[in-house]
Amino acid sequence: MTKDTVSATGGATTAAETQWDLWEVFTQEGEGAPHEHAGSVHATTPEHAMQNARDVYARRGKIVSLWVVPSGAIIASAPSDSGPFFDPGNDKAYRHPQFYKTPRGVRGL
Amino acid sequence: MSRESEMGNRESSNGGSTDGWVPGAKPATATSGIAQNPVFEHLLRLADDRLVLGHRLSEWCGHAPILEEDIALANIALDLIGQASMLLKLAGEVEGKGRSEDALAYFRDAIEFRNAQLVELPNGDFAVTIVRQFLFDAWDVLVLERLAAVSNEALAGIAAKALKEARYHLRHTAEWVRMLGDGTAESHARAQRALDDLWPYTAELFLADAVDAEAVAAGSGVDVESFRSRWRQTVEQVLGEATLAIPKDGFAPRGGRTGRHTEYLGRMLADMQSLARAHPGAAW
Amino acid sequence: MTDQKSPAPAPAAGTADDAARVAEFEARIARGESIEPKDWMPERYRKQLVRMMSQHAHSEIVGMLPEGNWITRAPSLRRKMVLLAKVQDEAGHGLYIYCGTETLGVGREELVDQLLTGKAKYSSIFNYPTLTWADIGVIGWFVDGAAIVNQTMLAKASFGPYARAMVRICKEENFHKKQGYESVATLANGTPEQHAMVQDAVNRWWWPSLMMFGPSDKDSPNSAELIRWRVKRDTNDTLRQRFVDLTVPQARAVNLTLPDPDLRFDEESQQWEFGQIDWKEVYEVISGNGPCNRERLAARRKAHEDGAWVREAAEAYAAKRNVVSAA
Repeated sequence: MTKDTVSATGGATTAAETQWDLWEVFTQEGEGAPHEHAGSVHATTPEHAMQNARDVYARRGKIVSLWVVPSGAIIASAPSDSGPFFDPGNDKAYRHPQFYKTPRGVRGL
Repeated sequence: MSRESEMGNRESSNGGSTDGWVPGAKPATATSGIAQNPVFEHLLRLADDRLVLGHRLSEWCGHAPILEEDIALANIALDLIGQASMLLKLAGEVEGKGRSEDALAYFRDAIEFRNAQLVELPNGDFAVTIVRQFLFDAWDVLVLERLAAVSNEALAGIAAKALKEARYHLRHTAEWVRMLGDGTAESHARAQRALDDLWPYTAELFLADAVDAEAVAAGSGVDVESFRSRWRQTVEQVLGEATLAIPKDGFAPRGGRTGRHTEYLGRMLADMQSLARAHPGAAW
Repeated sequence: MTDQKSPAPAPAAGTADDAARVAEFEARIARGESIEPKDWMPERYRKQLVRMMSQHAHSEIVGMLPEGNWITRAPSLRRKMVLLAKVQDEAGHGLYIYCGTETLGVGREELVDQLLTGKAKYSSIFNYPTLTWADIGVIGWFVDGAAIVNQTMLAKASFGPYARAMVRICKEENFHKKQGYESVATLANGTPEQHAMVQDAVNRWWWPSLMMFGPSDKDSPNSAELIRWRVKRDTNDTLRQRFVDLTVPQARAVNLTLPDPDLRFDEESQQWEFGQIDWKEVYEVISGNGPCNRERLAARRKAHEDGAWVREAAEAYAAKRNVVSAA
């Protein structure tokens, strides 16, 4: 293996043998949309990464914004966290509108 | 065409007038520089630059130093060929002889092409390709900015769209010039050599003649001579950042604008046009 | 699209813990869940994914060469642009999948090295030469057509990054097949020379395209495991049949014949029966004796070696600026 460290997202982060560093790419498809992870590119500087991301991921469709992030900068939750980290969010029904019973026919609710 | 000398007795067969043949006159031929239709000629110059350069860049497909750059060069090639296609179509309409963009691209001989010699040179190594592209892009942005404001609406429209593309090309190639110039000793040496070899060919980009003047007067052209100093500013700035030395101005090859090309163009077109010419009249 | 030939090794005997984890892993897959790079996975699953994904990526990259062969000679400006865009897409597809493989901890440099030293496989269809312009249209029709049949299935693969790359690729691939068939139709309806050109191309590419689906199921020992792990949904034979049933009517529609005297429509199964594949040729090509194997790898090696100083330059430039890249 050529990698020295594994990034938070699981990928190799160094490229001593000239395939350049790994950057994650996020694209925004249209005004007001969230940025979504599109994939990754190899590049050496932020400007270079931005251009490569544009050439690889923004050739089609209406991409209006791009983020590039060095893969190693992404902190990700670990799968083993999923129980204590996420489940409590799942079972608090009172956070959802369906939990509440209101008289029928009343508007604006 | 007003030479008086005549050879021997010349009596025409239709009684009275001579047939107009004058031995020392300079007839309009492919490389004479005499343009029957200056607007058409000027459009060919713009179109052929892009067609030839786009074709050269497309030769890198599958052979670039890294995947990301394969994609980037193909993008630039596609932009240029697209622009060439639109400009050739417009040129054909202006010429008014029913020649489509494909007829003009595939069925003209090298001496009928009007690109600058800079763009027909072989790709060389990556440094030659990128430096050549950068020198062209810096010029192209200036040309397209001016063209986007001409009174010929069709041409202005093509130029406005092309300008967005050209600005991105310049951003890409300028960054590469910096990376190569200020990268390793090897990349610096290759970039400097490329710059030294290509520099003489840039002079032709700023040579304007009567064809250009007439096209400008007709609202369908640009005066390329007017861009020289702004081009130098941009180029010197980037080359400085790249730690590359500006070559001295000296011998300046020319002739592409009037069909006098290097031998490279003929061989390039022999490849490019071979299949289309093998099946004249066929649809693809 | 991969050539599966070696028999599956016996599963390693693990502890009770391992067995429990494997069971839970397989249950997740059976529930239709996605496996992400940081999830626990059996080492064999990880290896199979790396193998499949890297072979797929290599195929996209090598595939640029037979088609790239005709870019400079494309006979119209439109065809020139379409072909250049298609080959560019293939570079992009290779890139998406290499990046997906990197999530499993294998760097792209290592994968590139495996390809260039002949250790890695790629789809053997790309070891055939493109002899005429008609080959380009036929490749779009047959080869991309076959790839679509395969990839549509992979878009639901269990490994998240692979499935997501496949969704992106499927969207782009549709134009590849369509432009190919459009070119084929134009040639088939063109001059007699053009019709002869495309019929000849069909005669050369049909059988290699069928071979793209891999060996028959009885000779494909990995299939069952890959199906259980949802990295494969249908068998090679099923996919091959689907491709034949799709393609035969398309050939008929443009008056082209397929080079198979045994091709006949079976009313009962509503499927097209076809003749025997010459597996001997397949194995020759897979083991490196195809018409272009050496040329393809030589071209990729040259690009890689010639490009080393360029890649180094970009890194040196960044290093001088102490640019913060990967932590």
